Amino acid sequence: MGNLTPELARIHEEVRELARTYGLDTFDVIFELVDFDELNMIAAYGGFPKRYPHWRFGMEYEQLSKSYAYGLSKIYELVINNDPCIAYLMRSNGLTDQKLVMAHVYGHCDFFKNNAWFAHTNRKMMDAMANHGTRIRNYMDRYGVEVVEDFIDRVLSIDNLIDIHSPYIRRESKEEDGSEDLEIPRLRAKDYMDRYINPPEYLEAERKKMEEARAGNLRFPKEPARDVLRFLLDHAPLERWQQDVLAILREEAYYFAPQGMTKIMNEGWAVYWHSTMMCRHLVRADEVVDYCDHHSGTLGTRPGQINPYKLGVELFRDIEDRWNRGAFGLEWARLEDSEDRRRYDVGAGLGREKIFEVRKVYNDVTFVDEFITPEFAEDQKLYVYGFNQRTGRYEIVDRDYRKVKAQLLWSLTNFGQPRILVVDANHNNRGELYLWHDWNGVDLQFRMAESTLKNVQALWGRPVHLETREEGEPRLLTFDGKSFSFLEIGGSREPGETVGQAAEGEGGT
Amino acid sequence: MVRRIDTDHTRFREIVRGRIKKNLKKFVSSGEMIGKRGDRYVSIPIPQIQLPKFRFGKNPKGGVGQGEGEKGDAVDGQENGSGEAGDAEGRHVLEVEVGLDELAEILGEELELPRIEPKGRKILSSLGGRWKGIRNVGPQSLKHFKRTFRQALKRQISAGTYDPENPVIIPIPEDRKFKSRKEEMIPQANAVIIYMMDVSGSMGKEQKEIVRIEAFWLDTWLRSQYRNLEVEYIVHDAVAHLVDRETFFHLRESGGTKISSAFELCDRLIEQKYSPLEWNIYPFHFSDGDNWSSRDSEKCVRLLKERILPCVNQFGYGQVKSAYGSGQFKKDLDAALGDDERVVTSDIPDRDGILASIKDFLGKGR
Repeated sequence: MGNLTPELARIHEEVRELARTYGLDTFDVIFELVDFDELNMIAAYGGFPKRYPHWRFGMEYEQLSKSYAYGLSKIYELVINNDPCIAYLMRSNGLTDQKLVMAHVYGHCDFFKNNAWFAHTNRKMMDAMANHGTRIRNYMDRYGVEVVEDFIDRVLSIDNLIDIHSPYIRRESKEEDGSEDLEIPRLRAKDYMDRYINPPEYLEAERKKMEEARAGNLRFPKEPARDVLRFLLDHAPLERWQQDVLAILREEAYYFAPQGMTKIMNEGWAVYWHSTMMCRHLVRADEVVDYCDHHSGTLGTRPGQINPYKLGVELFRDIEDRWNRGAFGLEWARLEDSEDRRRYDVGAGLGREKIFEVRKVYNDVTFVDEFITPEFAEDQKLYVYGFNQRTGRYEIVDRDYRKVKAQLLWSLTNFGQPRILVVDANHNNRGELYLWHDWNGVDLQFRMAESTLKNVQALWGRPVHLETREEGEPRLLTFDGKSFSFLEIGGSREPGETVGQAAEGEGGT
Repeated sequence: MVRRIDTDHTRFREIVRGRIKKNLKKFVSSGEMIGKRGDRYVSIPIPQIQLPKFRFGKNPKGGVGQGEGEKGDAVDGQENGSGEAGDAEGRHVLEVEVGLDELAEILGEELELPRIEPKGRKILSSLGGRWKGIRNVGPQSLKHFKRTFRQALKRQISAGTYDPENPVIIPIPEDRKFKSRKEEMIPQANAVIIYMMDVSGSMGKEQKEIVRIEAFWLDTWLRSQYRNLEVEYIVHDAVAHLVDRETFFHLRESGGTKISSAFELCDRLIEQKYSPLEWNIYPFHFSDGDNWSSRDSEKCVRLLKERILPCVNQFGYGQVKSAYGSGQFKKDLDAALGDDERVVTSDIPDRDGILASIKDFLGKGR
C-alpha cells in the first residue's frame, strides 16, 4: 500500500514522527501518489474510486479537469475519513507542497478520529462504498441503468433531509402500544361520598372522552420526523431494490454530513498543524518562499466571503492564546475595557490542552458561538453585509461582533438549509404526506421546491403537501401527481399547522 | 479499458445535450468557474445540472465578510458569501490567474464559436514567414539534412539494406527534403464595437449587469479575433449620447425611449469615424424591448436597412427581460429583418441566458 518515492516516504516518516510528538492521534495514514487526472477522477467520486456510477460524478470530473486544464485551480490534497486514513498526493507538486500537504493531512486525520461528530461515521467507508457500488451496479444490470439512475436522482434531491443528530439519540427500544389502563381522574371526595360524587355514569363518560382524545392522538408519525429519508425508507411503498438504494444513499449522506458540520474547524485545525510543523521543523531555508506563497494563498480572503481555513485557524490560535494567558472565565469576562481583556495574563498556560479539547467536542456552530469574542471580531475585521435597496449593491452593514456571530450562526445552522419535517403521513385520512417547513424568516426558493416536491411524491406515491410561508404568510404547496397547487392557508385549524407549532416548541427555535 | 469516470462523464454530456433523460434538461444551467485576471475575478461558463432541493431563496440578509471598509462601503465579489456550508470532502483548491487570451480561448471552446472571417477584401499581411514547412523539391541550399537522412534511413530499413552493425546511410535523390517558407498571415483588420443601450427607467440594475457581463465576453472574443479593436458606447432614452464606458454602465435616466435616436447617432459615428472599407463594424443594441411608438420602430428598421446594415459585419440586438419591458421591439425587428443574416436578435431572460445569447451573437462567425 502506498506508492511513495523513497524521498517522499522519508518525509512521511518525519511528519508522522512530528505529529506523534505533538500529540496528534490518527489512524494510520496511507499516501497514494497520483497524477492530476487520477486525482480529478478520485475527487469527482468524493474520494472513493469505486463509488456507484452516476452522471453527477462525471459532471464534477468535467469541472475539475477543465479548471485544471485552463489553469484556474488545482486540487492539492484529498483526504478520506477512513481507517486507515487514505490521502492522495499529486505527483507533479513540488517537494515543499508535498510536505505541507502531508502535515495538513495529519491535522485532518486527527480531527476525523477524535472529533465527536465523526464518532458515528463508518471508518471502513472505503469498503462500504465499493460494496454500495457493486450493489447499485447489480440493480442497474437487472432493472436498467435509466430506471435506477432516475431513482437515485430523486433520492439525491432530498438527501439533505436527514437528522444530523439522530446517530446520537438512544431511542426507546420498544414503543409503548398505549393499551395500558387509563387512570380516570376522580373528583376528590371522602370515601363514603365517592359513590355520589363520582357516580359510575360519570366515570364511564370520562373514560369515553379520554379514549376519544387518545384516538385523535393516533397521528402518524407520533413525533414530527426530521429524518425524512428514514421515514420514506420505513413507510413509502418501495420495492426491495429501491429500499436498498435509498438506504445506501442515506448512509452516504450521514457519512458526509459531519464534514459539512465542521468545515471551519476541520480546515482550521489542519492549517494550524501544517503551519506549526512546517514553520518549526520541516521548511528548509530555500523553501521558505514557496511555503509562504502556498500558505498565504490558502488563507487569502475575498471581500464578501468567509474563508473557512482562515477563520478556523485564527480562532484556534486565539483560543490557544487566551487559554495560555488564562483569559477566560468570570474574572476575565467581567472586564469591560477591551484593552484590559487583551492584556489580561495570569500565565495559565493551558492553550494547547484547550485546543485539543475544542477539536474533540465542538462543531462549527458551537465553535463560532462560543469563541468569537469582540476582540477577535475586531482583529479579524469581520463584518456583516447586506443588500441596500437604495444603492442597489451589497454594503457593509455592521461590525458589531454579536451581529457577525448571529449571521454566521444563521448560515451554519443545519448547513444553511431549510428544516423540513414529516408531520403527518395520513393527511386528510387519505394517506397523503404532509411536510412542514420550519420557517425562520427566509422563504424557500419556490420553483425548486416544486420540483423537489414532485420527487417526494414520486417516492411516496400519494399526494404530498408542503406547508411553508411566503413573506410570513402561511402557504400550502401541494403536488397530487399531476398538478401543483399553491394555496394560502390562513387561520384554519389545519392538522399540519397545529402539529407544526408543537414541533416548533420541540425544536426549540 | 474504459474508466468508470468516462462512462459517468459521457452520460453527463449526453444529458446536457438533451439526448437522454430529458426530464433533467430543465435543471441544466450554466455554472461558472471563477478565474482571476489581475485584480478582477471573471467567471468562466461551464454547464452543470443542479438537482432540485429544498433551498432558501435569495437571502435578503446578506452574509459575513472579512476585510477593511466602513459602514456603507460596497462589498464586491461574491454576494452569497456565507451560503451554505458544503459537505465537500477535505479538498484543497488553489486558484490561479488566467490571461485574457486564454479566457477568449476557453469561451470559444466552450461555445464552439467559429473564428471570424474579416469581411471585404481579405486584408491579410504577411509576417515575414517562418521556416516551418518541408517540401520534396527545392534548391540545394535549402536542403534539410536531418529529414533527408531520416528519409534515407526509412527507405533502407524497409528495403532491408540497413545494417545496424555498420550504419551507413546513403541518400539517393528521391530522399531529398527541403525546407520551405510558410507565410504567416495575420489579419490586418480593424474592428469597432458600438454598444448602444436603453438607459430609460425600465432598465434596472440587474438588466445593466447582464449587459455588462455580456459586453465583457463580446469584447473578449472580438479582441481575440482582431488586432485592433475600438469600442464606442452610446446611451439613449429619448435622445442619444456618446459616453465613456463607466457612464455607459452606470447612467440611469428616467425619460422615454426612442431607439431611433441611438441608431441615428450610430450611423453618424460610422460615417464620421469608421469607414466600412477599413473597419469591421459590430453595433450591438440592448434594451428591454420597449420603444416610444411603433412609428419609431419603423424608423429604426429603415435606418438599419438603408444606413447601418450595408456598413456592418453584423448588427446584434439583445433584448434583456425586465419587469416592464414589452419585448415588442425584437418582434418588430424579426418581422422586418428576420431573414437578413446580418441581423441577429437574441433574448436574454436572465443571467443564465447570457451564454446562449453570446452564442447567438458570435455563432455565425461574421
